[in-house]
Amino acid sequence: MNSWFKSGSPWVWLSAGGVSISLISVLGLLWLIASRGLSYFWPAQIVQFEMLDEHGVKSVVIGEIYDRESIPTEQLAHTTIKLDPNQETVERLLIKTGNRELVSLDFRWLLVPQIIKQSTPENLVVIERRTNGNFYGVIETLKLDGEVVELSQLTVLLERVEYFQEQIDDLQKADIGAINYQLERLRLKERKHLLDDTLKAQYTQLEKKLMALRHEIARDQLTVRAMDGQVVTINFEDVLAVTFNNQLSTFDKVGLFFSQIGGFIVDDPREANTEGGVFPAIFGTVLMVLLMTVIVSPFGVIAAIYLHEYAGNNALTKLLRISVINLAGVPSIVYGVFGLGFFVYMVGGSLDQLFYSETLPSPTFGTPGVMWSAITLAILTLPVVIVSTEEGLSRIPSAMRHGSLALGATKAETLWRIILPIASPAIMTGIILAIARAAGEVAPLMLVGVVKMAPNLPLDGNFPFLHLDRKFMHLGFHIYDVGFQSPNVEAARPLVYATAFLLITIIVALNMTAVSIRNKLREKYKMLEH
Amino acid sequence: MITVTPNALSDSPNKMDLTNIPPEQIALDIKGLNLYYADKQALHDITMSIPKGQVTAFIGPSGCGKSTLLRCINRMNDLVDICKVTGEINLHGENIYGSQIDVAALRRKVGMVFQRPNPFPKSIYENVVYGVRIAGEKNRRNLDDIVEKSLRSAALWNEVKDRLHESALGLSGGQQQRLVIARAIAIEPEVLLLDEPTSALDPISTLTIEELINDLKKQFTVVIVTHNMQQAARVSDQTAFMYMGELIEYSDTNTLFTTPLKKKTEDYITGRYG
Repeated sequence: MNSWFKSGSPWVWLSAGGVSISLISVLGLLWLIASRGLSYFWPAQIVQFEMLDEHGVKSVVIGEIYDRESIPTEQLAHTTIKLDPNQETVERLLIKTGNRELVSLDFRWLLVPQIIKQSTPENLVVIERRTNGNFYGVIETLKLDGEVVELSQLTVLLERVEYFQEQIDDLQKADIGAINYQLERLRLKERKHLLDDTLKAQYTQLEKKLMALRHEIARDQLTVRAMDGQVVTINFEDVLAVTFNNQLSTFDKVGLFFSQIGGFIVDDPREANTEGGVFPAIFGTVLMVLLMTVIVSPFGVIAAIYLHEYAGNNALTKLLRISVINLAGVPSIVYGVFGLGFFVYMVGGSLDQLFYSETLPSPTFGTPGVMWSAITLAILTLPVVIVSTEEGLSRIPSAMRHGSLALGATKAETLWRIILPIASPAIMTGIILAIARAAGEVAPLMLVGVVKMAPNLPLDGNFPFLHLDRKFMHLGFHIYDVGFQSPNVEAARPLVYATAFLLITIIVALNMTAVSIRNKLREKYKMLEH
Repeated sequence: MITVTPNALSDSPNKMDLTNIPPEQIALDIKGLNLYYADKQALHDITMSIPKGQVTAFIGPSGCGKSTLLRCINRMNDLVDICKVTGEINLHGENIYGSQIDVAALRRKVGMVFQRPNPFPKSIYENVVYGVRIAGEKNRRNLDDIVEKSLRSAALWNEVKDRLHESALGLSGGQQQRLVIARAIAIEPEVLLLDEPTSALDPISTLTIEELINDLKKQFTVVIVTHNMQQAARVSDQTAFMYMGELIEYSDTNTLFTTPLKKKTEDYITGRYG
């Protein structure tokens, strides 16, 4: 036993165990998030259940099976439901039934013993809509301008609506949006000035076009029979997609799966973020991280150079260094409070007074926005960049410095031409760590710029294109908001996993980009092993 | 006793009176130089004159201060915070420790090659032109000329002329050391300091560098520190023996190795210590 300890094998086993545990937790986390999140996009079977309840009443339930669990029979003891007394647990299913206009709840539990028959009829359809969530049922008729037409016209009509919808979106976002923006600027600049008549004329013209388009897409309807026999008329205007899930082949399902993922990535959110895509949140996250990188890199590198190359090796420098390192340990919400108090209210408020006094009392920079978020996170990640840059500087062999100095270069020239290029991989390492930290941070952002729903992206076609004063959406906050603040938590749960998976993917992508840049630099400046 | 090759002897000029060189033939005039690392004195009252256009070697056991003395000549010791120097080193009659001296300009006149080859992680071309660019030369054709000339002088041109824009780190140790010498002579210094330039190299590379040193003295004053007494005997015209921070004996190489005046010198060159 003693010799076994001396041989060192226990430590090998221990460290191998440590590695395995970390590996298993990382893979487990990814697997859980990916499987839960991605299953959201997979077109599920629509199941029709025939039920017989305890009073002998028959009913039909149509929907997707969401979850399955066993509950102890005792839980049902207070009801009049009759169950086998020998049975300890009873199984129940969570069914997403949709049809929000008919029943207030999207979901319902079905006790397995009460199900008489379960089938997947091919004519069942799921209709994805702009409002009121999904509808499950059977299509009764299709009305083209009031006339009933054949069901086969469905795809044609859907494409038509989609075409008009795209035009409406373009009009609203690009053309009318731009005019609105210009009108707002004009109004602010010269309140006393009369509004530009040409702009107004353009506006009314576009508005007319919009109304015409609206009228066009309101033409057709769809009548659908729900599970309880009620017939509902849905305007095509509202319909996003109609799918006969039970008729799909696996190949179709894969296609639909990927198009759903695509939609999730490029679409705007709907219905209090619980439906639709997350594009503004992706955009906001990436933009904010890039801004943060642009701000933190020069400051971090300059600070590290001063600390390592110019500051004397005395107690004050040591104190500074310790303070910088400790700064990395400050809870991030504290940075949020600091950012709100200092940047938003003090700096932003002063900027407003100096440059945007015409819009006061409504603030421009004196309110949370993407710039303040980027600066706050830059301060949060500054220690990381400083520490790794300093480490990189101290790893450079003194022979490099001496070689350069002996050729008549001054210290600054040596730094600029020799030291910084060689230290660049270490600087990139610092930036990688900063990105990894900043992209996942949510708490401070809630105070300095993130909102649940931002009407505009911080980047658009209106001068000056990048609107640093705008609020933005963030994937991390989106997860919190959808999962815990939305009116329909149950429905949003898969969305939480999907968003989390997307956030991880984006952070990994940002990191991989930085890592590949670093590896290229490393290859270029690798030191010869002496 | 070291045998001095007749070849080296024939190369060396007639015996020179090192205590009384005519001023126009002096490259460096060191007077009363003391050097302290904090409280510890590393060099004691060194006084010597190094003649122009010749090779002067510093020998002595480890820690005798020969490298320290060499580093004083282009003020590389300035980089050590605790180092303090008194006394004078005169280059063209001007004290390089004077208050008016621009250290970067001094180092352009007094180049240095270190013990281990230290090429920059750049291309061969960029390594050679580094000092020239620092000095302000931008003309591409001039730079090309300087690269060729320097690499030829360093006996490296034929080996690298086809891969000037490849990384210098791909060269062998001996080639790297010659590249570093090319880099140092590209800025045309007056004095070239070599700090044990062959100690990290194999015998064949060492031989190449020694031949190179013989050529270099036609253009530059060379001061070399070496561990290896045979090397000093082979390449140098003058040799200074140092011990415990003091200059024990300084004379032409032939005399020092054949008829040393001091007992300590004789003990060292006969291998009794060191």
